[in-house]
Order: sequence, then structure tokens, then C-alpha cells
Amino acid sequence: MFHVEVAMARITRDEVLHVARLARLELTDDEVAKFQEQLSDILEAVSKVSELDLSDVPPTAHPLEIANAWAEDEPRPCLTHEEAFANAPDVDDHHFRTPPA
Amino acid sequence: MTIDTLRLTAEEAKNLLERKEISGSELFAAYAERDDDLNAYLHRCEDPGGDGIPLAVKDVIGTKGIPTTAGSKILENYVPVCDATVIANAKRHGLRTLGKTNTDEFAMGSSTENSAYGPSRNPWDPTRVPGGSGGGSAAAVSGGLAPWALGSDTGGSIKQPAALCGQVGLRPTYGTVSRFGVVAFASSLDQVGPVAKTVRDCAYLYSIISGRDENDSTTVDVPAVEIPAAEDLKGLRIGVPKEMNHVEGVEPGVTELVDKAIALAESLGAEVDECSLPLSVDYGMPCYYLVAPAEASSNLARYDGVRYGLRVDGDDFREMVMRTRDAGFGDEPKRRIMIGTYALSSGYYDAYYATAQKVRTVIKREHDAVFEKFDVIVSPTSPSVAFPFGAKAADPLAMYLCDVFTIPSCLAGLPGLNIPVGLSEGLPVGLQLIGPQFAENTLFRMGYALERAIGFDFVPERLR
Repeated sequence: MFHVEVAMARITRDEVLHVARLARLELTDDEVAKFQEQLSDILEAVSKVSELDLSDVPPTAHPLEIANAWAEDEPRPCLTHEEAFANAPDVDDHHFRTPPA
Repeated sequence: MTIDTLRLTAEEAKNLLERKEISGSELFAAYAERDDDLNAYLHRCEDPGGDGIPLAVKDVIGTKGIPTTAGSKILENYVPVCDATVIANAKRHGLRTLGKTNTDEFAMGSSTENSAYGPSRNPWDPTRVPGGSGGGSAAAVSGGLAPWALGSDTGGSIKQPAALCGQVGLRPTYGTVSRFGVVAFASSLDQVGPVAKTVRDCAYLYSIISGRDENDSTTVDVPAVEIPAAEDLKGLRIGVPKEMNHVEGVEPGVTELVDKAIALAESLGAEVDECSLPLSVDYGMPCYYLVAPAEASSNLARYDGVRYGLRVDGDDFREMVMRTRDAGFGDEPKRRIMIGTYALSSGYYDAYYATAQKVRTVIKREHDAVFEKFDVIVSPTSPSVAFPFGAKAADPLAMYLCDVFTIPSCLAGLPGLNIPVGLSEGLPVGLQLIGPQFAENTLFRMGYALERAIGFDFVPERLR
């Protein structure tokens, strides 16, 4: 039953705003209206995944059967401070500077 | 000597360089001086010197000291401070970067129309798209602006543009090519691979870039690459999935040429039989458009206006981040970030993301079963030839369906090779060859034998 409900759902304006807030996107009113329509269509299409009986199927997160690819824990050369800050929009000595939280 | 950049293969270029019939600088200049009326490049490079083969590089691949935008305004001024491992590998073989090629923003798209810097044009017909997301790389190779190129493929971004531009493109097995230094889109799917004029060039470039990398823990040891030379297909078992061939939505001209190529493979000694992937095609697209956006929403969280990239000021931290992301991302990344965020959010995670991960298992198992009986499966790479600009740009779902045949094998981590098999109304048609994991050599063998037998002329007709 739950699956059917999800498949039928159209995303609301409030849900678009909620998701945009979670994703740290500030949308204009026009964008909200456009994305409400488009995201609804896309979610309706992808809801097809709920049609299958998957009760005994394990999830796949990664297509290769490898696990625990360890690296030796030893110091290696890394970026200099200058390199690490080279692309930063705002730097104060050796810190990234941002507006107050 | 005059260098015909439209026709010269990388293998021929290598021979000319080794015999010292041309100098490295002459060869580089032949490509660099060619006018880019295709908008294939976002940035072209000075000759770094040396006598290796020139290479075009998709702009999602980080290049030290050379801007890397991923087709996005949010990375407009980003200049990497180190090379991606694939670039380091290429440099070790003397390859010299000609420039950075256009891509749909963050490799999200099938036409390059999602690039923040305007689309690339298809060299066969400049009123049509070159495919995407790696349309710039395919257009550069096809249009004589590079002998070969690197692309990246998440759900078809190497194979589909190669098909639409009449080139050879390989999406390698997941884990064979390092993604270190490559702008991440969907990490359980992203792979770097070659685009070339011939199967042998493609195999050679793959041999250069592949291999385990301590900086990418998903990479593994890779079987030695064999540059193909045999012209028969004796003993090769080819499966033709009925859900991907002779189905609704595929252009008749595409089906006709794919059928011809399959018949030709049979005449070269292959055993051809029908097979079935009953769920992979129907559920591949919905599965992919949950898994990939979910991973994208996480990967693209790093663009916050702090460490690199664009910043738009705000009164507080949160406002700065939100304004930066609204101004920096185009519509397609925003859509995918939101779909992914929604699919991962509390209350929807099980219904969407967790379910999609289980469907992924179903798709992988279905392919595993088929490869117990077959060495290669074949289908059209793209249901259509190159389409006109604007044909799908306003409808995200229509664009997503461009990748309906390339997506399932990507979810299963399988290698896929596109080879051109002919022209339908003057536009290239591509055949997709899919093998089990690490079967690149089998794909090269089949691709090469067919390439020889078909004799496709990879130079666009209007440029000959």
C-alpha cells in the first residue's frame, strides 16, 4: 500500500522548499514552480522501483566485490598551505574566512 | 608535411613521431591551430613541449595549472593544484594536453546543452547535438581537433556521444581507472575512459590510463591490455537481449544498422543467440535516477563557497552558502541535487534510495546470469541518431531516456564499448558491446574485427 501511495504522490510546493533548504539551495519563486512540476514528473518515473518484490534482495552500494582496501598509515607528501588555499574565495592568513555562522 | 588531423589516428601519429617524420611541436600545432567552430573546447592549452601524442581532456578531469570547470559556473575560476591520476599516467607516456573539452554541467546530461558555457556542435551536422555529457571530447576527436580524448561516464557519457559522433568510446569496468582528481558526480558509477577514432587507439589509451592507484581505494589490479589484431570472431558467443533490440522507441535506421553488424559478426565466426534482461531495461533508468542523484547530492555538497569555487556574499554563513549554490549551479545539477536529497531524506529513504539499491542488485544478477552463456551482449548504444538542439532540452525525462540502453550495464559495473556501424540519413549509428567485468580485451577483439569488416569512415562526410 505504502509503495502505491508514494508512486502517486506529487511533490508539494512546501516539499520543494524543504528539500531546497536541506540542499542549501536558495530558489527564486519561478524556480520553485518549475522544479515542483519537473521533480514531480521525475519522482513519478523513478517510483517504478517500488513495483518489484525485493524482500529477499540485499542492496548493492558498489559494483565490485572488494572490501576494506587498506593503505599503509605512513606520512606522505601533501599539499602546501599555499596550494591548499590557492582557490579559496577568502583567506585570512592560514584560515578560510567566511561570514559569521 | 601536411597533417590531416581529421584522419590521422593516434597510432599513425605515434609512428610518425617515432620515425621523426614530424616533430612533436608540428603535430601539436596542427591540432592547436585548427579553428574550434564546434565549441568542443572550453579551454585550449599551449604546447607544453615534448614529442608525445596530443590529447583532449574532458573538463571534469583535474589538470594542474589548467582551469577545470566541469561545465559549471560554480567552478569558473577553479585551477587545480594537482593532476588527476589519469593525467599523471598520460604525462608519463608523453601525452600532451591540447585542451579541456566541453561537458554538460557536472557531467549531467546527454547533449552538452546543460553546459554553462553553451553546447558543443556535432561535426556531422552542426545543427545537432554531439551527445553528452562528453560531447566536447567526442566532437573534438570527430572534428579533427584531437587525435583522441579522455571522457568520463556515469550512465553513458562516453558511449552515447561516441555513438552520436561516429567514434569509438570505452566505458571501462568500474575500478579499473582511477578517479583521483576527477570532479565527482556519482562515485559508485563514475568511470574515466577513452574516446578514439579506432578500436586499437581506444585500447592503447585505456592501457595508459588504467591500473590500481593508491589514491583511489576503489581501483583494482587490471588484466594486461591486448591491442587487438585478429580479424575473425571464431568461438565468440554473442547475446542479443530482446529487450534492447527491435523495441519500440528505437529509430528504424538504428535497428537496421545494428542488425547488419550482428549478422556481420556471425559471418566472422561468432555464435549469435537471443538472450533476455527482463528487468534491467525497464528498471535501470528509475534505479539510476535515484542512485546517481543521491550520490550527486552528497558529492556536490562540497560547493559551499569556502574552499574553492564561486562565492556570493551573504549576511551570515548559511545565506552565503545558499546564494552561492543558487548562482553557481544550473538547472540540471539543482534538479538532481533535490531529487537525491529527497530520496535520502527522512521518511523517503527506504521507499526510494534503499529500494533502488536493491534493484541494482537485481540488475547485476540478471547480467551475471546472461554472461554465463555469452561473452558479449550487443544493442544500439543510443535509440536515436544525433538530435537537433532543443529537441529534448525542455523535458528532463525525455533527455534521461537517451541513456536507457547504456545505464543498466553501468549500474552493474560492466565495461561497454561503442563502435560506429554506419550512417542513417547521414548521421552515425553506434553499436554497444557489453562484457562481464574486466572483459575489455574481449570487447576490443570484437570491436576491432567488426571495425575492419565494416570499414566505417570516421571522418564526417561534410568535412571530407
